[in-house]
Amino acid sequence: MDIALQQSAPTLIPKVFVNLGSIERIPLGEGREFLVDDEEVVVFRTREEKVYALQAKCPHRSGPLADGLIGGGKVICPFHAYKFELSSGNPIGHDCAALKTYNVQISEHGDILLYC
Amino acid sequence: MLRKQKLVVIGNGMAGARLVEDILARGGADKFDVVMFGDEPYGNYNRILLSGVLSGTHDPQDIFINSLPWYEENNIKLHAGIRVSSIDRAGKTVYGSNGVSESYDKLVIATGSSPFVPPMDGLKNGDSLKDGVFVFRTLDDCDAITKYAEGGKRAAVIGGGLLGLEAARGLLNLGAEVHVVHLMGNLMDVQLDAQAGASLRRSMEAMGVSVHLNKATTGILGDDCVTGLQFKDGSTLDCDMVVISAGIRPNVQLAKDAGLTVERGIVVNDHLVSVDDADIFSVGECTQHNGMVYGLVAPLWEQTAVLADRLTGRKAAAAYKGSKISTKLKVMGLELAVMGAKEARDENDEVVVYAEPSRGIYKKLVVRNGQLAGAILLGDAATAPLLLQSFDRGTELPENRAEMLFSLSRTDDPMTFAYVPDTAQICNCNGVSKAQILSAVQAGHRSLKAVCDATRAGTGCGSCKSQVQGILELACEGQVETDPATHYYVPGVPLSKPELIAAIKEYQLKSVSAVFAVLAAGKEDPASKVGLASLLKTIWHEEYEDERDARFINDRVHANIQNDRTFSVVPRIYGGVTSSSELRRIADAADKYQARMIKITGGQRIDLLGIKKEDLPGIWRDLDMPSGHAYAKSFRTCKTCVGTEFCRYGVGDSTGLGIKIEKRFQGIESPHKMKLATTGCPRNCAEATIKDIGAVAIEGGRWEIYVGGAAGAHVRKADLLVTVDTHDEVLLYTGRFMQYYRENAKYLERTWSLVERISIEKLRRILVDDSEGICARLDQDIQAAVDAYRDPWQEAIEPVHPAQFVNTLGAVTLTQIQGLQPSYGD
Repeated sequence: MDIALQQSAPTLIPKVFVNLGSIERIPLGEGREFLVDDEEVVVFRTREEKVYALQAKCPHRSGPLADGLIGGGKVICPFHAYKFELSSGNPIGHDCAALKTYNVQISEHGDILLYC
Repeated sequence: MLRKQKLVVIGNGMAGARLVEDILARGGADKFDVVMFGDEPYGNYNRILLSGVLSGTHDPQDIFINSLPWYEENNIKLHAGIRVSSIDRAGKTVYGSNGVSESYDKLVIATGSSPFVPPMDGLKNGDSLKDGVFVFRTLDDCDAITKYAEGGKRAAVIGGGLLGLEAARGLLNLGAEVHVVHLMGNLMDVQLDAQAGASLRRSMEAMGVSVHLNKATTGILGDDCVTGLQFKDGSTLDCDMVVISAGIRPNVQLAKDAGLTVERGIVVNDHLVSVDDADIFSVGECTQHNGMVYGLVAPLWEQTAVLADRLTGRKAAAAYKGSKISTKLKVMGLELAVMGAKEARDENDEVVVYAEPSRGIYKKLVVRNGQLAGAILLGDAATAPLLLQSFDRGTELPENRAEMLFSLSRTDDPMTFAYVPDTAQICNCNGVSKAQILSAVQAGHRSLKAVCDATRAGTGCGSCKSQVQGILELACEGQVETDPATHYYVPGVPLSKPELIAAIKEYQLKSVSAVFAVLAAGKEDPASKVGLASLLKTIWHEEYEDERDARFINDRVHANIQNDRTFSVVPRIYGGVTSSSELRRIADAADKYQARMIKITGGQRIDLLGIKKEDLPGIWRDLDMPSGHAYAKSFRTCKTCVGTEFCRYGVGDSTGLGIKIEKRFQGIESPHKMKLATTGCPRNCAEATIKDIGAVAIEGGRWEIYVGGAAGAHVRKADLLVTVDTHDEVLLYTGRFMQYYRENAKYLERTWSLVERISIEKLRRILVDDSEGICARLDQDIQAAVDAYRDPWQEAIEPVHPAQFVNTLGAVTLTQIQGLQPSYGD
């Protein structure tokens, strides 16, 4: 599989775009997890073919957000239906901490590029 | 973009301001520039609570709905303290008393009404009321009465109607000696019958109010200020102040002067438009629709909602069809609810009365054709919400009328919540207290949905929702807003279930994304997906275009997610009857996939807990048994007892029947889960009478079929639908009831709620007597659903997506990448 790798502007700890493979590996309208070092990251692929990457577990009771329902820019945790905004990670209607978000995009070949 | 139209609203009271709120809520700010006139120099306030201000339970500041900054924030130009003096219809302009003029494209007259002051001698000194004489309508009136009453006065209230009694209560709290003088022989004669009026009188007298009935006041005594009242019968009453509360008269002079048709009120049609001028509308107490002028708040809100729907184009065809009159209030601290007729119309009406004079309790129902035509509840209005609902919807009353008169063990009426301590936990799933709900209401959340969203109460199992509603009603004093979304099948598509089904069929929408595209302007709502998926499957069967992202995780992987992200696996064991070879396979699979717990379920099956998502296809293959659907909103299981096969008491083959039921209905999707049971004799070991559907064998080879039982978050004994002779008939009625439930229940509504909502009497007529002629179609549609069944565990062999059972798609080690050594793998 073609693995694109781009070095970012030089910093002390260089940040890179990591190619996580084809977006087709994630079913339309769902999310799946990736492990980046020790960090669990969930990548969502919306029905409008937009892609979002966030912290994978709900801060409330560690619900797996990858198993949640998404749509309208929101994700609903499968455990207790806590909602978060996909773009900002902000909680909606509750006072959990915001989810960590990651810069992610889809390459011209349809691959997921996660900036980390 | 179209030029905005100019909407002028005359009147800033309960109707005018509510209309503007309704218009804004429907996006009307894009369509209209709004100008308002109000002849009081304030924002708008809740006139209903004025008696609370008078009696000192409410601070005047607390009764404001919108203060002056609200108008500015919403770009509403308010002429506060300006009365409109004329309307120039030809020039489409209104003129204010201070010379200001405003042109309009649309004009709404919401001038309300004024206190009616009957003619009597000595009423006035010059142009103004004599010192010590008051009316009771505005905040300023309230203020004046309060000031005058200081120091303990002897006060007379003319008028023993609702408002008069409220004024009396206020005066009593202000320390006055209070006399109520009423023209008729009965207090609140418009709403109450003679017995209720008498009971109310006794209760009031016990509180220290003197009641004078059949007294026509002909004059007010005193030269400079009030010293007493003169009555037609020659008698007099000494007093220092008088509050006149003898009814109201609609403010219609302005409309009359403008040449509009005015009878008792401004005459409008079902569109609330003047019969003379298509650009002039009227709402509230000054409005006459179909011969009726309403003086209560509920009809007025119905009017403003319809007019806002029409003006904004949200529902251009909205029509006002008149209101059913009902009210629920406290008179002098006494609970009172009245609705509809207070007396029987003829001997065909059934009247049910309960009276307990020693406690001031009087209850009366007027029943017409099995429906509630009217009711009076005095002293104990615990069942008022129930009666109001039945009255509004015209539902059939239970045969045991007492259920409607007494709260029995009901816990969901607002009055009970007054006595619940603030610290009490109401939502036991999310740990939400009464205090948290109250503070959400005070923060402005006035609909059930808004309160639930704000506090998370009711968002777990949902069984506390009626209690949340009760607290909401208590805290709002009847000012509860109905969120239109409560009538939607799912929150993200603004249609009720019947409307939604019709639209889905009309536009041939076979997938969840198609529904959002056509019926929700393309806006996906994740909270609506699951409900839509269930409904589409029910409508289209095999033609349904399944989109897996619209399913809850359990339905994506056909197992129930647990708190550690493992899953529980429950194979189907028909009727709870298994075999040694099946048990061996289960034991081997449990070992191989390292089940952390093996548990016998409440539905007579075996649950393998702690199974990894990745292992699900493997364990299904090894089990070689179909899915038990222990995760789905669908038919779950049929619990059985051993019946005639072994039991010495058995009178029917309950295991055989249970197995047939499971084989026929396995996997049938429904608005919520369905748990069934069959039991071989009336000892009912299988607990069939607390199931969604239960069959009980009785002597003579017959089967009683019960529906609407529950023993979970809610507990309810099922109702007998019908008694039949054979297994096949049990299967027939079971399927028929299931299909009716599938079509008519809201998403996540259990059968017990449907049965209570529709009533068992009506269900018997529909499903047994075929009163609506739909039985054959219901039978046919449930058959189609049965035919469309596929065991979902067959996806072990053919997953719908390579990643269907995968949690993690890959791992990356950044240190390696940073050394330009990519690490990437599945």
